[in-house]
Amino acid sequence: MNATVRKLIPQLITILVVVLVFGFFTINAQTNMDNRGIEFGYGFLSQEASFDVQFSLIEYDGSHSYARAYLVGLLNTLLVAFIGIIISTILGVIIGIARLSPNYLIERSAAFYVEFFRNIPLLLQIFFWYFAALRALPLPQDAEAIMGVFFLTIKGLFVPRFVWENLDVFFYSILAVIISIVVIKNYARRLQENEGKQLPVLYISLGLFIILPLLTFLIGGVSLGFEIPVIKQLSTTSFVYEGGLGIPPELIALTLALALYTATFIAECVRAGIQGISKGQKEAAASIGLTPNQVLKLVIMPQALRIIIPPTTNQYLNLTKNSSLAAAIAYPDLVLVFAGTALMQTGRAIEIVSITMLTYLSISLSISVLMNWYNKRIAITEK
Amino acid sequence: MNKLNFLKPDKENLHTYLYIGSSLFFISILDVFLGAFFQINITSFLPEFLSFIFPLIIGLIGLHLIRIEFTGIKNLDTVNKNINTNTFNAVLTLLIIFVIIKSLPPLMSWFIIDANIAGDTKEACTGTGACWTYIKIWMRRFVYGMYPNDYQWRINISFILLIALAFVGYIPSEKLKKFLTLYYVVIYPIIAFILIYYLISGGAFGLEWVETGAWGGLSLTFIVSFFCLIFCFPVGMFLALGRRSQLPTLRYISIGFIEFWRGVPLITVLFMSSVMFPMFLPEDFFMDKLVRVIIAISLFEAAYVAEVIRGGLQALPKGQYEAAKSLGMGYWKMHIFVILPQALKLVIPGIANTFLALVKDTPLIFVVGLLEIVGMLNLAKTNPKWLGFAMEGYVFAAIIFWIICYAMSKYSYNLELKYKTER
Amino acid sequence: MFKVMKKLTSLVAVVAVVFAFTTEVMAAKKSKTLKNTQKKGFVRCGVSQGLPGFSNADASGNWTGVDVDVCRAVAAATLGDANKVKFTPLSAKERFTALTSGEIDILSRNTTWTLSRDADIGLTFVGVNFYDGQGFMVRKSSGITSVDQFKNGISACTNIGTTTELNMRDFFNSRGISYEPVAFEKADEVVAAYDSGRCDTYTTDKSGLAAQRTKMSNPDEHIVLPETISKEPLGPVVRQGDSVWEDIVRWSLNVMIEAEEYGITSANADSMKNSENPAIKRLVGAEGELGAAFGLDNDWSLRIIKQVGNYGESYKRNIADTGILPDRGPNQLWTKGGILYVPPAR
Repeated sequence: MNATVRKLIPQLITILVVVLVFGFFTINAQTNMDNRGIEFGYGFLSQEASFDVQFSLIEYDGSHSYARAYLVGLLNTLLVAFIGIIISTILGVIIGIARLSPNYLIERSAAFYVEFFRNIPLLLQIFFWYFAALRALPLPQDAEAIMGVFFLTIKGLFVPRFVWENLDVFFYSILAVIISIVVIKNYARRLQENEGKQLPVLYISLGLFIILPLLTFLIGGVSLGFEIPVIKQLSTTSFVYEGGLGIPPELIALTLALALYTATFIAECVRAGIQGISKGQKEAAASIGLTPNQVLKLVIMPQALRIIIPPTTNQYLNLTKNSSLAAAIAYPDLVLVFAGTALMQTGRAIEIVSITMLTYLSISLSISVLMNWYNKRIAITEK
Repeated sequence: MNKLNFLKPDKENLHTYLYIGSSLFFISILDVFLGAFFQINITSFLPEFLSFIFPLIIGLIGLHLIRIEFTGIKNLDTVNKNINTNTFNAVLTLLIIFVIIKSLPPLMSWFIIDANIAGDTKEACTGTGACWTYIKIWMRRFVYGMYPNDYQWRINISFILLIALAFVGYIPSEKLKKFLTLYYVVIYPIIAFILIYYLISGGAFGLEWVETGAWGGLSLTFIVSFFCLIFCFPVGMFLALGRRSQLPTLRYISIGFIEFWRGVPLITVLFMSSVMFPMFLPEDFFMDKLVRVIIAISLFEAAYVAEVIRGGLQALPKGQYEAAKSLGMGYWKMHIFVILPQALKLVIPGIANTFLALVKDTPLIFVVGLLEIVGMLNLAKTNPKWLGFAMEGYVFAAIIFWIICYAMSKYSYNLELKYKTER
Repeated sequence: MFKVMKKLTSLVAVVAVVFAFTTEVMAAKKSKTLKNTQKKGFVRCGVSQGLPGFSNADASGNWTGVDVDVCRAVAAATLGDANKVKFTPLSAKERFTALTSGEIDILSRNTTWTLSRDADIGLTFVGVNFYDGQGFMVRKSSGITSVDQFKNGISACTNIGTTTELNMRDFFNSRGISYEPVAFEKADEVVAAYDSGRCDTYTTDKSGLAAQRTKMSNPDEHIVLPETISKEPLGPVVRQGDSVWEDIVRWSLNVMIEAEEYGITSANADSMKNSENPAIKRLVGAEGELGAAFGLDNDWSLRIIKQVGNYGESYKRNIADTGILPDRGPNQLWTKGGILYVPPAR
């Protein structure tokens, strides 16, 4: 047999096997559904949902469609992911750097943190925070005010709500600040390359950041009020806080557990990144007279970031996928709202589970693509 | 006597500075210690805020005074270089020490001193501490799930046999060593499967049949982890080879498969296996829930294992492939005898990590109704006779998982060190 | 002559074969589920994960409850022994898929009979074994005695994916009250959330409220508000497509209710064979060939009554005597003021 045929045969066999397997499953599904009288179709998405959701970022109640319920769940998932990513990054970077500290106590504490939170399953941590820790919080009537305006109770964390007037003016001012900072950065860089002069970019940016928005307050007609949560009595024993923003304890428990857990992995990535820079870089930088802070900022971190960012992006992805564990506590994320409530109310298992899986798949794939692009971009600049 | 400049301790009056500094440091620690353990506040004469930060300030001054470079005393120099390099470090050190001391009494009192372990009922838990009686009574359920008490010896025997057989690798002579891979990849799983099928599940040879819905607790965790591991490993290997294959169909199918399973969360995979998958099977063919879950998790983990093995395959120099081909080895011979042994050695830590992640993911199966240890915990904590002991249950499960995972990660770390030196 | 004989014989042979074949096919048309059940030797029954009074397992693994009794009745009718049942505890999420996929043959899990469930997902409800309604539970100390006292901002705990979740919304919307729904998947978590104070009220079927109250840390501290905000007819469910099996389950339940109507109990069932009333005699199998319609022998109803008891005995044993709901309410015979009215078994 010549080479082409030899290469073709295994491929044909594989394709045949795959087609047969899929065909088998599809035929079975079709027969089963016919027997039961169930129809396959995505039309149910426009039906009225008839159930309310505890927490939603957009306007939603039971009279909206299942498609909108899906959107609510998706936004809740992204919210948890977003907050979790920010907290875990900050925490992870701090702990990662702490693990490299020459201070024995600090290094051991960071190591203890990593070993402790990494080896306990995430589900257990979520359960612990929600069922054991947050349930031990006081009832609204017994809660003490933190700083007078924050109330941490069993029904959630109640914080004052911002009440804006002319928010768009403020928003434009922030936009203007960002654009001007970018422009100034470019200008400073060119100035340094051409003439060797350095502009104190950081101070200028900070100044702009503070002054411009303040100006909008004074002359733009923007005003910021606070709506402080006020306790309201619903009955002899049950109270709730009105006004202000109520953050449900489910969200707090989930974000806390996710952040603490993922921070351990990010800490390890950061540590591996910084340790991966050869010692010679530090020594060379020191030999040209840079202070330790400058060495870290100008020499180590840019190189370390190249090693740190890919695995860290992977951890972000893991965090987003792990947020699906919200189904175990009552946080209305995509899995609980769509693949939980909607699935139970409509009974359309195949359609709903497939949509959910596709959603997560798209999120993962888009982040992978982004990361590949980033990797290729920085790879060119390396030797 | 030379001038004592308290702001700039120097070597001349070394001993003075040393004594004053260390005594101040010890006073600060003593203050926190007394406060935490015995509730004695030796600075109660100060207003509350001052007495709160008093130990910090005193400790800072003490540490500042002993911060003398190059004293020549070895211990002092080590201490200075480690925890006392500048003020910021000194503050952090003191804070960490204080936090440790302050948290010890409540932890000790909850865990040990005020805890109860004797007795049989909820009333026996009189203290304010942990109620270990609850754990003691439910221990059987936590380990064996709802498996009937009379038949639990079957699980014990199965596990003892499995563990004993796992260590066979250490015994045999040189002659039998080449069958080791065959043993681990083929024979051992088959033995394990037979044990599970006949001994634990029963139904033949006079043993009572115990349905998989009754299996639970820690034994179920181990069963699921074990079977998923031995199934996901070969599948992952084939996927990794497929992904690096020259044949485009195989490559794209492998890539598609891997990316699909890596992109979805495990909980949706479990939902798919319990809610969606039964629709895809013929009408009369009914697969046990545990079997479906094991298949789903194995496929899920196989994608991750495939990526890990691919990393190992990529790390091998091309020369190995070329040398093997020049010896006339075909694709399979080359891989079995040359490539895979080296690649697998490289990725042992990665595979150990994946296995660790697998063990940590097993608690999720409680969402489909299989009660392994976390599921058992939830069941126990809502039993009317034992309400209110959620904390003890979670702490207990956390300790168990922590021990298992820590031991495994240490073992894999040692493996990594051992195999690193060989290359 | 010989030719005619041959032709006749072949004709008779063909007719016989066709006849046998048709009857075989027709006989085969009799319930596949029944055949499978008889082959396996037990009835596969899907129940809840522990609801006192309806389906609850004790420490040794014995299941009791009114839902359990429905399955036991079917087992007594089809297999001769009410104990030949395998119970599969199911969560609310998997209950319907377990039935449609063939994991269980009867779902007896205090499931509400609604249009969408009956028509949309390939299932058939075969009767009502408990007429219920949705209610609210609050703490006594809250001072709330009626749902009219609910105020804006109240938080309500319930199970996801149930009719109670939808009814709760309709209720609060119709009164214009803004509320916070806290919905868990497992009933135990809902109870724990309400018990800890996370929610101000707990809502589900009133029978469920009464049952779950026994699992709380201080049952006397909670009361069930008097208002009923929806109809919740709870009953057993089977797969669509096997009409004989449907009939078996339907009439097993009906027999239990009708037995109480005629005063037949598990104790006096045998002696009732000598009764004057032909209806009673039919129920105890002394007259008529009712069992043949399902492919069962004639003692099927007698076995149900003797081994499981009539509806009243089942209710008393599981719900009244355990203190969950001593008053039968609508679940009483139509002759005694309730709404249990079943078609006659004849």
